[in-house]
Amino acid sequence: MPSSSASSASPPAPLHLAVALDGAGWHPAAWREPESRPRELTTARYWADLITEAERGLLDLVTLEDGLAPQSSHPFRRDDRTDRVRGRLDAVLTAARVAPLTRHIGLVPTVVTTHTEPFHISKAIATLDHVSSGRAGVRVKVSARSDEAAHFGRRDIPPVDLSDLDGPASAAVVAELFDEAADHVEVVRRLWDSWEDDAEIRDVATGRFIDRDKVHHIDFRGRHFDVKGPSITPRPPQGQPLVTALAHATVPYRLVARAADIGYVTPHDVDDARAVTEEIHAEQAAAGREGEPLHVFGDLVVFLDETPARAAARRDRLDDLAGEEYTSDAEIFTGTPAQLADLLLHWREGGLTGFRLRPAVAAHDLRAITRGLVPELRGRNVFRRAYEADTLRGLLGLARPASRYASTA
Amino acid sequence: MTANGRAGTARKQIHLAAHFPGVNNTTVWSDPESGSQIDFSSFVHLARTAERAKFDFLFLAEGLRLREHAGEIYDLDVVGRPDTFTVLSALAAVTDRIGLTGTINSTFNEPYEVARQFASLDHLTEGRAAWNVVTSWDAFTGENFRRGGFLPESRRYARAKEFLATATELFDSWRGDEIVADRTSGRFLRDAEAGAFVHRGEEFDIEGRFDVPRSPQGRPVIFQAGDSEEGREFAASSADAIFSRHGTLEEGKAFYADVKRRLARYGRTPGQLLILPSATFVVADTDEEAAERAQEVRRRQVSGATALRHLEFVWNRDLSGYDPDGPLPEVDPVVGEHTMARGRAQVRMYRDPVATAREWRELAEANKWSIRELVIHTGNRQSFVGSPATVARALDEFVQADAADGFILVPHLVPGGLDVFADTVVPLLQERGVFRTEYEGTTLREHLGLAHPDTLPGPSAPPR
Repeated sequence: MPSSSASSASPPAPLHLAVALDGAGWHPAAWREPESRPRELTTARYWADLITEAERGLLDLVTLEDGLAPQSSHPFRRDDRTDRVRGRLDAVLTAARVAPLTRHIGLVPTVVTTHTEPFHISKAIATLDHVSSGRAGVRVKVSARSDEAAHFGRRDIPPVDLSDLDGPASAAVVAELFDEAADHVEVVRRLWDSWEDDAEIRDVATGRFIDRDKVHHIDFRGRHFDVKGPSITPRPPQGQPLVTALAHATVPYRLVARAADIGYVTPHDVDDARAVTEEIHAEQAAAGREGEPLHVFGDLVVFLDETPARAAARRDRLDDLAGEEYTSDAEIFTGTPAQLADLLLHWREGGLTGFRLRPAVAAHDLRAITRGLVPELRGRNVFRRAYEADTLRGLLGLARPASRYASTA
Repeated sequence: MTANGRAGTARKQIHLAAHFPGVNNTTVWSDPESGSQIDFSSFVHLARTAERAKFDFLFLAEGLRLREHAGEIYDLDVVGRPDTFTVLSALAAVTDRIGLTGTINSTFNEPYEVARQFASLDHLTEGRAAWNVVTSWDAFTGENFRRGGFLPESRRYARAKEFLATATELFDSWRGDEIVADRTSGRFLRDAEAGAFVHRGEEFDIEGRFDVPRSPQGRPVIFQAGDSEEGREFAASSADAIFSRHGTLEEGKAFYADVKRRLARYGRTPGQLLILPSATFVVADTDEEAAERAQEVRRRQVSGATALRHLEFVWNRDLSGYDPDGPLPEVDPVVGEHTMARGRAQVRMYRDPVATAREWRELAEANKWSIRELVIHTGNRQSFVGSPATVARALDEFVQADAADGFILVPHLVPGGLDVFADTVVPLLQERGVFRTEYEGTTLREHLGLAHPDTLPGPSAPPR
């Protein structure tokens, strides 16, 4: 039964749905499930199967986790565990590999801003947009991992004290990383705009391939790097592919509010969702972006089965295998697709425009989303019955922006 | 002698590759048949044509800053290209066998990131990835990157060598048997040392765990593109193939012999380094028709404006006041730091610009050539021009004479410029018994007759 309090006068706004893909799933013992394919995690076929399944469910987008070190259960260093999935493929390349095999779903790989060149990231995501005909986005994240820094040898990341995350020393490190991330995104976005849409003219009479007045140096100067531009890659089909980020606190909320198109947040109930979205919208207003479309998606880890008892039993079994109870930054949902649909509709009253679901076991819970949850949401008239747009911006109701460098004359 | 010799035939097998044409005046964008340089469909077309013709690989070049001329973005040639890794990975989805070679700079990247990108590409292509390692040093390109122009020119090969050595350590940090994924015992990795590496060097001081498991080819196939003394030595020590410049048969033989001779010093055999010059072609029904068309293509490649700019590379001064249909400038080139053209390699070809200018004036006077005609005549002529039979014979002769092991062909049209070659020349090469009629292997190493690194007697240690 729908528990939505929406009035019957107007149809409820559609809900946006994303899936976050990570290895065999988000539960550390996911790879041990019989339906999982732990030896295929570095194959194209595995990722193509998952993403085409997500597209079969008409989801808005998939995000792909990534990092510049093996996965770790510790946030700031490697864990040297041998009982969990370690090793993975580059997320941008994986997204590109799957792009020609899909038609509608958005492809949003994770990129670490701390150790990468904004120039390379900008052209990579622009190219992902070209090869997917307008379905690219990027999920940016910072890294405070000491082992990732040692893989590059270019800088030291001061250690972050887990027991004192809010202390001044930790706060300074975090602020610095996010400040750099904001500059990184600014450069990436300027480079996407550095070619105006009609820069390529192929004027045979004058012999000019481009109108160079429409290809711009970006002249970015910041505390962390300077970038001259322009990009080597012409403007991507969406103009601006989507920038997205996961955020748990004020500093990252500020990055979302200033620079992103979608923020992924981790509320634990509807009031929490309301508080978080209000904070983000206040930051958005403070940044002068009031009224601009900004999606805030709630993140949830999901264990989905036909009965609540089966879902709980599966979770218990996986916890037993892992040797410890699974915990997450996001709320962990255990139950049926119908119960999850109820919860999503309830939580969105807190201002969320969509959700990013993290399948506990990719092989099981992704199908439960596309074949269980999606029909439930459709039954409540809050989810699409066909893809209504060809680009990711289109699916999310975002207009295609003009280049910031385009003359308005 | 060659790694690819087939039983029952003494003829060397030719290797062929397709270079996606781009940012230089080889590409005739003004032709009505010329398609998009950025739409994925153009890349798909060329890759599928090359695969249909059983080519060894597709090749992508890269430049990390738009070229400038006299302080402005150079607008007479094709401008703009995609990100190499991203487009190659996408092409893996629409092809099955053809190798995918990307040019990636060792100056404005870091080994950990590039190694994981190539290892990922090799997984995603099931063993078809190759890396053309290039170097640059210029502060002009550096302006797009965190470090800026940090590298003196004299250090660029030192960095490239250390970059490749470091990346190789990362590729080799997984042996291939680490993932056991035993559901019963709960052991995913055999041991916690998977991917462990330590590299302490002048350019890179890094350690930790590489995060991409061993890829199908072990390491991507390595290309090297420079033909300087340092470049040759770098290739002899560490590359699987050289992307060289095409010249005369004699020049080709000399280069081939020189580079292959260097291999012994590194404990390598001649079959372990392929020489693949870049080559252009014009094919038509008859030799006469092809010669005519080649001339026409040259005129299209060299407009009056392009001719003047080309002269400015040598003169290193503003010649915009000159008439391209008139005589060459009387003034001499400005010697010293190059200020006209930035972001291109050609300017380095003219080591003595004053002598080059004198030579060109004499040539032009003797032949009554205008500026444009001179540039057309002295510029890069198409390497192979003629009927399909003529071109097939010439390619074969070049390879049989040990002037090359094959060619990286650069069509002058996107995306259909290879079609005629695939349809008419390739069948003749196959008839001659010098080119495969079917792929025999699945990986690029197999196409090129290169051994898997695991079967080689340990990593060759280049002298420091």
